[in-house]
Amino acid sequence: MTTQTVSAKSIKNVEKESVFKDTFKRILKNKLAVVGLVIISIQVLLAIFAPLLTSYAPDTQNLSARELPIGSEGHWLGTDNHGRDMWSRIVYGARISILVGIGSVGLGLLGGVVLGLLSGYYRKLDGIIMRLMDLLFAFPGILLAMLIIAILGTSLVNVVIAISIWSIPNCARIVRGSVLSTKKEEYILAQRSLGSSDRRIMFKHILPNITAPIIVFATMRMATAILSTSALSYLGLGAQPPTPEWGAMIAAGQDYMWTSPHMTIVPGIAIMLVVFAFNVVGDGLRDALDPNMDLN
Amino acid sequence: MSENQAILKLDQLNKHFPVRGGLLKRVQNHVYAVNDVSIEVDEGDSVGIVGESGCGKSTLGRTILRLEEPTSGEIWFKGENITDLSERKLKKFKHDMQMIFQDPFASLDPRQRIGDTIEEPFVIYTNLSARERKEKAIKLLREVGLDETHYYKYPHQFSGGQRQRIGIARAIALNPEMIVCDEAVSALDVSVQAQVIKLLKELQDEYDLTYLFISHDLGVVRHFCNKVLVMYLGNMVEWAPVDELFDNPIHPYTEALLSAIPRPVPGNKREKIQLRGDLPSPSDPPTGCPFHTRCPIATEVCRQVKPEWREVTPNHFVACHERG
Repeated sequence: MTTQTVSAKSIKNVEKESVFKDTFKRILKNKLAVVGLVIISIQVLLAIFAPLLTSYAPDTQNLSARELPIGSEGHWLGTDNHGRDMWSRIVYGARISILVGIGSVGLGLLGGVVLGLLSGYYRKLDGIIMRLMDLLFAFPGILLAMLIIAILGTSLVNVVIAISIWSIPNCARIVRGSVLSTKKEEYILAQRSLGSSDRRIMFKHILPNITAPIIVFATMRMATAILSTSALSYLGLGAQPPTPEWGAMIAAGQDYMWTSPHMTIVPGIAIMLVVFAFNVVGDGLRDALDPNMDLN
Repeated sequence: MSENQAILKLDQLNKHFPVRGGLLKRVQNHVYAVNDVSIEVDEGDSVGIVGESGCGKSTLGRTILRLEEPTSGEIWFKGENITDLSERKLKKFKHDMQMIFQDPFASLDPRQRIGDTIEEPFVIYTNLSARERKEKAIKLLREVGLDETHYYKYPHQFSGGQRQRIGIARAIALNPEMIVCDEAVSALDVSVQAQVIKLLKELQDEYDLTYLFISHDLGVVRHFCNKVLVMYLGNMVEWAPVDELFDNPIHPYTEALLSAIPRPVPGNKREKIQLRGDLPSPSDPPTGCPFHTRCPIATEVCRQVKPEWREVTPNHFVACHERG
């Protein structure tokens, strides 16, 4: 019996790997997605090991070393108008941007998946939920976020909340569509004939079968969330000045565009690379998770 | 097992699907999928439900399991009327009636391991521990002729016949009394069909199962069932013990169906009755006898009056004006 369980266990591991491996292999064939994955990995590593990679705190001012250009001794990315090390600020900014991205996408998914499941599964709720979502759709996204921040007050946490609310209708629509097609599958009917509860069918059988579109949505949404956070911070609605947020850094740097262009260009490049990375990885994932897609 | 005790009784069962259309999504018409079906199924029976595609046999099966809500009529299961039971009360009965599906590739959750699929009924109905469930699942796997190493595999790793065995294992997990087999072997190769049917028969002997065997394959029905219900456009056409029906078909539609069975004996030519025309739309059924548009012996009465359901000889029922 023990040998049986051992062999059973090894079968299990092989299985799990192969599902994951399949997707991963297909992603590796997509050069652009690999570049994106590398950029995201770098960002994640920077975010995790920020204190080890920097020799200055991001908000330590040194008024005798202000506006040093790129390549200065001890400050390879230069310093800003308060003499703060740009490299430290970019690295700690990576931390903020990834946390804000994960936070707002996570919250948005939570709301969107639940609403999408309910509205796809129960026809009676469908009308109400989807009209509510339409209401949210009616606002341009960034305006909606600004409106929510205006109500909640300016802070990074409120930006996360605002962006997650903005993500909910998009996510709900995608999930609803997938639920509508999945719930017609015969294995769902089989579950109903067994006597499964609705909740069990929704979360145990439908949800695992619609993870692919949700993962793709989440990845793409990370790009939007990071970009929007920076945009809102640039407008002064998100992170407030001493915080090393990339958008806020651009806002602070724009007064020094002529004397110290690196103050705006460096965080600008950081935002651009990260948003680009999440977008191409999202594209890559979509192709990798759906083998029928690459017909063209 | 007491003979002649009806486990399932259908009384004037109807299932009509509304067809909505227009600007206001109003009900414009109905698809009359099942019309006035009344039969009694005894414990231990294997009832074949036959008819051509679109005659409502699958809908009938699903309505009996309350996967579709009946429009009118009554369903009695084990002496209780389950037609209007709430979802919660119905659970007790769903425990005893299970279903095996047509497409073995579609009826298993692709993201669930086989073990979990088979354990699903135990999770829903019992408080067994994970270990007890696993033991039971492995026992079931063996019972349907699969290996216990299959426990951790996913559906896509199996052939059609193996998958159907998994579906059967799931259906018998709770030791049900009645199983609706919706074209359960139609998607399989002939050799695999024979194995699966053999398995179903063995399980019937072991568990005293009652089968409702929905099929369009008359050869399989003759071999497997002891009673046959012939349906046409959602209506009952003929209902008789299997040998009686195959030897003395009364209704012209049954005759036509039987004549379409290929004969294995060369030279034993029987005239094939070719039906003219297509199946009428179930949303616009003909008046009178639903079969009159294609019936070779239809008369004026057939066009006007719906034939009565009559017992021609003991246990042999038919709906036809002209015959019997």
